[in-house]
Amino acid sequence: MLQEQTKAPPAISLAALFFGFSKIGLSGFGGVLPFARHYLVDTSRWMTAEEFNAQLGLCQFLPGPNVVNLAVVVGRRYGGLAGALVAPLGLLAGPVAIVLLLAMLYDRFGALPEAQRMLRGIAAAGAGLLFAMAVRMALAVRNKRAFLPFTVLVFVAIGLLRWSLPAVMLAGIAASGGVAWWLLREGERR
Amino acid sequence: MSTLIDLFAEFALLSFVAFGGATALLPELYRVVVDNRQWMDATTFAHLYAIAQAAPGPNVLVVTLIGWQVAGLAGALTATVAMCLPMSVVVYLLFSRWERFKGARWQRAVQLGVAPLAVGLIFSGAALVGQSAGLGVAGWGFVLAVAAFSTKTKFHPLWCIAAGALLGLAGVV
Repeated sequence: MLQEQTKAPPAISLAALFFGFSKIGLSGFGGVLPFARHYLVDTSRWMTAEEFNAQLGLCQFLPGPNVVNLAVVVGRRYGGLAGALVAPLGLLAGPVAIVLLLAMLYDRFGALPEAQRMLRGIAAAGAGLLFAMAVRMALAVRNKRAFLPFTVLVFVAIGLLRWSLPAVMLAGIAASGGVAWWLLREGERR
Repeated sequence: MSTLIDLFAEFALLSFVAFGGATALLPELYRVVVDNRQWMDATTFAHLYAIAQAAPGPNVLVVTLIGWQVAGLAGALTATVAMCLPMSVVVYLLFSRWERFKGARWQRAVQLGVAPLAVGLIFSGAALVGQSAGLGVAGWGFVLAVAAFSTKTKFHPLWCIAAGALLGLAGVV
């Protein structure tokens, strides 16, 4: 029975990968990761929840658009290099087409006062949603006293002083990651 | 052509520091395309973010729209590929080795250390989008209301976006 779980992944055609990831890409607004989990684990049953978490781990560890990275990893697993190309293409093709259509409308009608007012309202809603996301993420940070000062420092450096992100992130990872490393070591000693 | 090369180089470089995805990258995208390169003004940047929010798909689409604004269809595709390709290659090559360094202390330390930085970036992005949209007092009031509503309830974010569109159209925010 145990060997059942480690068997080779089921065969999935490239077309199925493409359309599966198209569905994921078109199903969410402002991020599609929860839909990816739902589709891959519950709907299509291409992977178990544990497999999904294991593959997502690397994608969230690395920089870049997480869900695109996830498509590469899952595509590779089921279709090799071709799968790794087809899955992210499926993920992005539909949404990119829609957004380009909207871009054309914006070029045409964006200067109208009605469009300007509507987009300002949506941008305000988007800013609010971003604040909410930041608050949720801040609440999820463990050991807030050690790590939230880094949040404040990043906000000052990037939001207020407008410093360059690559330099701030490298320094930030060295400092914040250093603190995390030290805390982990202390935790292991106890 | 040189604009496309510039676009590709700028965005491919940024993809390596996009911890937290394209959302966390908003302030730096603004710095590059509005402040440094002057490819568009602040209002247009806010509008493009609004369009990306109102469309289905991954967060990376705001990059597609910026590319479109800079250099049309070729720009849209170039920007999207530049943002997605470098890390896709890394993730493809690294995947078989992930098991080996997963759970190592340095790996967990980086993961724990990056999260609070990403939070700071998203706060900065939120402030920046509100600022560049040119909001008045009522506008910022609506931003806070959406933030509170979305933190406290589990309604779909599209309701907030629809409310923003209507209030904007009515001239309230």
